[in-house]
Amino acid sequence: MQITDMTALELASAIKAGEVSVREATESFLDAIEKRDGAYHCYNTVCREEALRRADEVQKGIDEGVYTSPLAGVPIGIKDNICTKGVKTTCSSKILENFVPTYDATVIRRLRDAGLVMLGKLNMDEFAMGSTTETSATGVTHNPWNTDRVPGGSSGGAAAAVAAKLAPVALGSDTGGSIRQPASFCGVCGLKPTYGAVSRYGLVAYASSLDQIGPFGRTADDCAALFSLIEGKDEKDGTSMVNPKFDLEKALKGEIAGKKIGIPEDYLDEGIAPEVKAAVLAAAEAYKKLGAVVETFPMPIVRYAIPAYYIIACAEACSNLSRYDGIKYGYKSPNAENLMETYIKSRSEGFGMEVKRRIMLGNFVLSSGYYDAYYNKALKAKKLIQQAFFDAFETYDMLLGPVAPTTALKIGESLSDPLKMYLGDIYTVMINIAGVPSMAIPCGFDSEGLPVGMQLIGKPFCEAEILAAAKAYQSVTDFHKQSPKAE
Amino acid sequence: MQIDRDLVMYLEKLGRIELSEEQRTASEKDLQDILTYIDTLNELNTDGVEPASHSFPVANVMRRDEVTNAPQVEAILSNAPEQKDGCFVVPKTVE
Repeated sequence: MQITDMTALELASAIKAGEVSVREATESFLDAIEKRDGAYHCYNTVCREEALRRADEVQKGIDEGVYTSPLAGVPIGIKDNICTKGVKTTCSSKILENFVPTYDATVIRRLRDAGLVMLGKLNMDEFAMGSTTETSATGVTHNPWNTDRVPGGSSGGAAAAVAAKLAPVALGSDTGGSIRQPASFCGVCGLKPTYGAVSRYGLVAYASSLDQIGPFGRTADDCAALFSLIEGKDEKDGTSMVNPKFDLEKALKGEIAGKKIGIPEDYLDEGIAPEVKAAVLAAAEAYKKLGAVVETFPMPIVRYAIPAYYIIACAEACSNLSRYDGIKYGYKSPNAENLMETYIKSRSEGFGMEVKRRIMLGNFVLSSGYYDAYYNKALKAKKLIQQAFFDAFETYDMLLGPVAPTTALKIGESLSDPLKMYLGDIYTVMINIAGVPSMAIPCGFDSEGLPVGMQLIGKPFCEAEILAAAKAYQSVTDFHKQSPKAE
Repeated sequence: MQIDRDLVMYLEKLGRIELSEEQRTASEKDLQDILTYIDTLNELNTDGVEPASHSFPVANVMRRDEVTNAPQVEAILSNAPEQKDGCFVVPKTVE
């Protein structure tokens, strides 16, 4: 078996057994990136020299028993909004095109301590604002299943890299679906953890009350292993929570018999493509055969999820992005004469249109006279959405639904109509508003051969349960074993 | 909610950005479409509902106010568009 065909856990055990060296593993992926990423543009930055240097260091550490984690020696790609000391972190924005962080995000520090090797930084929608990776200032990422299609977004580079086997695993971030939707479009697995399960220290902020970092992998097991390395309380993030240690063994056992799974019937109404609906319902049947109880139930609040999400996310975004002033770091316009012009011109020349749109929308919902009618109303809707999930979890152990209404869209279809792009987030944004965890996994292909994804939504801090459910499904299906033809 | 050109220009001002004429015209339409959709939220009855803040109960998180990071003046300033004598350079702000 080729090294790039191995799952992350297979590769880690081959390294542990001495069958593959960390350098060989790292070099295989670096070579694959060099040879094939021209067709996809998953990576913004490739750290060849540093990765090879680190590979030798990790090998020594493994040999000496310093690195014993389940993924020691495994290479990884990192979304370009997670700060990496000494390596450019651009958020795929012109305004940060030369920004080199002076510190590592907590997740990066934890991966270092666990003996992983960073391959490079992955493309994304600018500041994670978008669902197609088309708003990236470095150019669109192409879906490995069909290069005329988008990979989804905002973590499009991460999902596409894992699908194209240009990284065995990756880290992305999810504010309204930005891990799950690209995972779905690219036929890989992605976990949006519970809000507070993973430290956000060093994640460039978009909407702080919704952002979470999470893993991508080709299997549920790989996501579970990677999640076990990054989760846990961090004193540098006041919103990270103390919780019982994630139970990796439980996740890897993949038991589902006797569990109650609820399908929100409003997730399957007229907006969904028939082939997506059929794939999700087939998965529900598979769960029944595995011994789970599956029922549908009404969740009418779904229709208010997108309005509430865009109000809350844009309000937080316009505050978070006010830090880009052209003075301390980032792009500064050469055309400015005074302080106000420095702000205005640097921001106008540095931000793309989608970012500007969300800044304006955020300023609108927060501005005098509109705050109560929009922002406060959205926070009340948030309360009702949280309640709807708490109520559902009184009856069900987890929920099942589609990730997105369609499979991957054609490149160029969404940019001209932002509202249409926003509507594609209907099944994912509610999960961020409620703060609960959700796991996207492949569950079929449409007639054009594009992957279909479903999501398993869990109770707060019950990642092990949904990862186990994903594993159970993957033990009786092989959608996750399909790979796109190499370009 | 009706969006007009003046409102778009007011929002540009609040956000410290400036759109081209073409972008302004497009934004008027896009923001109108988005806000018309967002206004469906008015159908949701929220009487007596408290606005939510955090998803899970979290009290104030306190820590000792101790410096734990080492000074990195040079590395930090190397990200600045303009620097001089260990400081950020800013345009003249007082006449």
